[in-house]
Amino acid sequence: MLIFEHARPGRRNYSQAPITTASTTDIPENLLRKNKPLLPEVSEMDTVRHYTRLSQKNFSIDTEFYPLGSCTMKYNPRACNSLAMLPQYLSRHPLAPEDTGQGYLACMYELQEILKDVTGMAEITLAPMAGAQGELIGVMMIRAYHKSRGDFERTEIIVPDAAHGTNPATAVMCGFKVVEIPTDKEGNVDLNALKAAVGPKTAGLMLTNPSTLGVFEENVTEMSRVVHEAGGLLYYDGANLNAVLGKVKPGDMGFDVIHINLHKTFSTPHGGGGPGSAPVGVGKRLLPFLPVPSVTLEDGKYRWVTEQDRPQTIGRLSAHMGNAGVLLRAYIYVRLLGRDGMHRIAEFATLNANYLMVELRKLGFEIAYPTRRASHEFIVTMKGIKDKTGVTAMNLAKRLLDKGYHAPTTYFPILVPECLLIEPAETESKQTLDAFVTAMKEILTEIAEQPDMVKNAPHTMPLRKLDDVKAARELDLFWKPDA
Amino acid sequence: MPFIPHTEEDIAEMLASIGADSIETLFDEIPADLKTGQLKKVPVGLSEMEITRLMMERANQDGFYQNFIGAGAYEHHIPAAVWQITTRGEFYSSYTPYQAEASQGTLQLLYEYQTMMASLTGMDVSNASMYDGATALAEAVLMAVRSHKTSRQILIPETVHPAYRKVVRAIVSNQQIEITEIPFDKTTGQVQLSALDAFSNEDIAALVIPQPNFFGVLEQVDELTDWAHKINALAIGVVNPIALALLTPPGEWGEKGADIAVGEGQPLGIPLSSGGPYFGFMACKNSLIRQIPGRIIGRTNDLDGKRGFVLTLQAREQHIRRSKATSNICTNQGLMVTAATIYMSLLGPEGLYRVATHSHANTTSLVQKLTAIPGVEKVFSGPSFHETAIKLPSPIGSVLDKLKQKGILGGFDLQSHYPDMENTLLVCATETKTEADIQHYADQLKQALS
Repeated sequence: MLIFEHARPGRRNYSQAPITTASTTDIPENLLRKNKPLLPEVSEMDTVRHYTRLSQKNFSIDTEFYPLGSCTMKYNPRACNSLAMLPQYLSRHPLAPEDTGQGYLACMYELQEILKDVTGMAEITLAPMAGAQGELIGVMMIRAYHKSRGDFERTEIIVPDAAHGTNPATAVMCGFKVVEIPTDKEGNVDLNALKAAVGPKTAGLMLTNPSTLGVFEENVTEMSRVVHEAGGLLYYDGANLNAVLGKVKPGDMGFDVIHINLHKTFSTPHGGGGPGSAPVGVGKRLLPFLPVPSVTLEDGKYRWVTEQDRPQTIGRLSAHMGNAGVLLRAYIYVRLLGRDGMHRIAEFATLNANYLMVELRKLGFEIAYPTRRASHEFIVTMKGIKDKTGVTAMNLAKRLLDKGYHAPTTYFPILVPECLLIEPAETESKQTLDAFVTAMKEILTEIAEQPDMVKNAPHTMPLRKLDDVKAARELDLFWKPDA
Repeated sequence: MPFIPHTEEDIAEMLASIGADSIETLFDEIPADLKTGQLKKVPVGLSEMEITRLMMERANQDGFYQNFIGAGAYEHHIPAAVWQITTRGEFYSSYTPYQAEASQGTLQLLYEYQTMMASLTGMDVSNASMYDGATALAEAVLMAVRSHKTSRQILIPETVHPAYRKVVRAIVSNQQIEITEIPFDKTTGQVQLSALDAFSNEDIAALVIPQPNFFGVLEQVDELTDWAHKINALAIGVVNPIALALLTPPGEWGEKGADIAVGEGQPLGIPLSSGGPYFGFMACKNSLIRQIPGRIIGRTNDLDGKRGFVLTLQAREQHIRRSKATSNICTNQGLMVTAATIYMSLLGPEGLYRVATHSHANTTSLVQKLTAIPGVEKVFSGPSFHETAIKLPSPIGSVLDKLKQKGILGGFDLQSHYPDMENTLLVCATETKTEADIQHYADQLKQALS
C-alpha cells in the first residue's frame, strides 16, 4: 500500500505541529492557496509502520553483502552517524558567525589537511556535493586555468571509453568537446591512441585509476608526461581511490586535480542514492581557481575563505558549504582509522577482490582481464555463458537477489559484454566471500539444469521481475486518488 | 584493525588461494616509484570512546543559540520519528535503486515523495531531488535554455537569494548563457513589472520568480508569470516548501502557471547542520518531463501484474547518454528525501499549514516588537511570509555581537550581499519561537541599542 492509501480525511497528528492556526490576514487574498496539497492524512503510528515496512523491502549494507562495483559499499560505522548528529552540530545555522562554530570548523580544517596528505595535493575544497559535482568543479578549473593564460584554443577533453558516464557529461557541461580513446587488450588506456589524440586543442585528460575495469593504469606516468607536454592538465576521478588509499598519492602520479568520493572511500552513507560528497584537491597550478568557501586557520581562529581571498575563484557551487554533515561523518571515520588504518583499507579491499576473483575463476566464470591483478574490483563476463545458454548477466544478477546477495554492477563498463563488476570492499570477511562463492556455484548449476528458472528470477523478492518498458511508455510518476 | 574482520588465518588462506606470498605482492603492478611512504599529517587512530569525547568537546564548544537567522535555511521542529526511521540501516546504507526488486522500499518512498512534491508545488511532475536549492535553480535555468528553441538569456531578479545567483552563474558560466539581473523596488522590496518593460521585445528563455523572495517579501507572482508567458519565456518559480502550504503554488500562478518550480527542501525535516546535506526539489509541467535532470521513479507492474516501482526515463541520464545527457548529475540526496517524505506524512496538509501560519505570525509579532524600539524600522512595505528586513539606528556589527553574547543570533546582515543596505538585518522567527523568546529578543535588542 502507498502512504496515501492509509489516509482518512481529517486524521492528523496533534503533537508534531502547532495546536492552533495563526492569523495570516495581512497576506493578500490572491496570494493564498485555495486547495490543500495532496499530503497523506495519517497517524504517527501509520507513518512509522509504513516507512519501517518500506525500509524492510530494501537490500542494504546493514542487511546484505552488497558487492556493487564502482560504488564501494563498505560498512558505515555507527559512531560516524551518531556523533555527527549531536544536537549542537545539527542546530548550527550555516550563516551563524564563525566564532560560534569553531568546534565544527576545526573538524573541517583538519579533514582538509588529512585529505591533502592522502592525495598529495596542495589544497582541498570540501564544497562539492557529489562526485559529478566534484568533476564539474575540476573541469571548470581546468578551463579557468587555460583561459587565465590566454590559451583559448583548448576545447577538448580526452576521456577513456571505460570512464564513468559522468566524465563526458561533465566535460560537455563545461563547454568542452569530448574525445574518446580506446582501451587495449590488457585493460590499460591505449597509449598510442592517447598520443595521437593530444595536441594544441587538448585541455585535459580525465582518468580513473585504478580504472573502472578494476586494473591499475600501468602507464600512468607516461600518460601524465604525454598530456602535460601537449599543454593539457590531468584530472583524477577518485571513484576508485579505495584501492590505493595510503599506497599511492594521485599528486605523485602527476595529477593536477582530483575528486574523492567520501561516500565511497570514506564510508559516508549512500542513503538510497545520496547525499554524496566529493572534496576536490588541486596542485599548485589550479590553486587560484578553487571554489569558495573552504576553511583556513589564522591566528588560532578558523574562518571561511571567501571570494575576497580568492579573486580568481570559479565561484560558488552550493548555497553554503556543501554537504557539511557528510563531511563530519568522513572526518570521524578518518580519525577512527588513523594513519595506519588508511593503507589497510587498500590492502584488504585488494585482498578481498583478488581472492573473490580467483575463487570465481576456479568455478569456471570468465574473468575479463585474467592476466591482471584485480584492484579493489574486477569484471566477470557472462558472454560465453549467454552464448551457450541464453542466461544474461542481468539474469544472474536477479538470481543473486534470491540468494540474499545484492547484485554486482551490471552492464558497466559498457566495453565489456555481459559484464558484472564486482567490488567486495575491505569490511567483508572471508566467510561472507566464501558464502557468496557458494551461491555463485549454485547458480552455475541452475543455469545448466534449469536455465528458464534463472531467466525468470527473482522469485523470492517482494515482487517478481519489473517491467521497465511499461514504466517508460505509460509514464505514471505520481499517485492519483482514483487510481 | 578498524572495520576489517580478517583473522591471521583468513589472510593466510586467502593468499594461498591467490598464490601470492603477501598482501603487498597484490600491488606489484603499481610502479615502485609511485608508492607512498608515510602519511605524515594523518593522526594516529582513535578508539570510539576517544572520538566520542573529542566530538562532544567540540560540540559543546559551539553550544546552542537562540537563532533568528533564516536567509535560505530555516529552523523548524523535526518530529522524533523522522530521523529515527530515516537512519534505519535499510535506508541509510543502501544505494541508488538500480536493482528494483531489491529496492522497493526506496523506490516506493521516492514515488510517494514525487506525488507529495508535485501536489505541493501544483506542478504535474517532480523528480527525485537535486543537490540543494541553489543547484536546482541552476539546473532549471539549463533546462529552460534546452527547451527554448531560440534564446539563451535568463532574467533573474536581485530578490533571488544572492548565493543562488552566484551558483547559477558558476554552473552555467561555460554554456554561453546570458544572465541578466533585474533590480527591485526599494520601497516594496518586490520586482515591479515596470522593471521588465525593457525586455518586452527581447527573446528571453526564462524569468525566475522567487516566492517569497530573499527579503521574505511576497512577489506579485501572477503578473510576473503572465508577463513571462506573454513574451514566450518560461516562468521558473523558486519557492519555500513550507510557505506552499499557505501560498498559491507555482502551478497556479497567473493564467497558465509557472513552467518549472524549484527550491530548497531543507525546511521539510532537515536539520540546519551548518548548511548541508539538504536537498533541492524540482517539479515541472508535463511538456518538459523529458528535459528534467536527475532520477525519476515510475510505477509499473511485475510479471504477475503486481504494482511496483522502477527508475524510469533513464535515457536522459549520464550513465546511458554520456556526453549527450541532460545533466551530469548522478547521486542525488536520497536520504534527505526520505526524511522529507516522512516529515510531510507526519505533518499532513493541516500540520504543514499550521507550521506555515505560525512561522508567519511569529515573524509578524517579532517585527512589531522590534519596530516598537525607537529608531528601528521595517524596510519594505510589501507583504511577507516569515522573514522581514529591518533597519537599525546604529552599526549592525556591534549590535549583533552584543546579542550573541546574550545567546541570540539576531539575523542576517543584508549589507554583506546588498552594499546599499547599511545596518539592515533580515530576521526570521519560525514556529519554534515562543512569545517569550520573541520578547526576550526585543528586550535584548533594545538594550544593545541603548
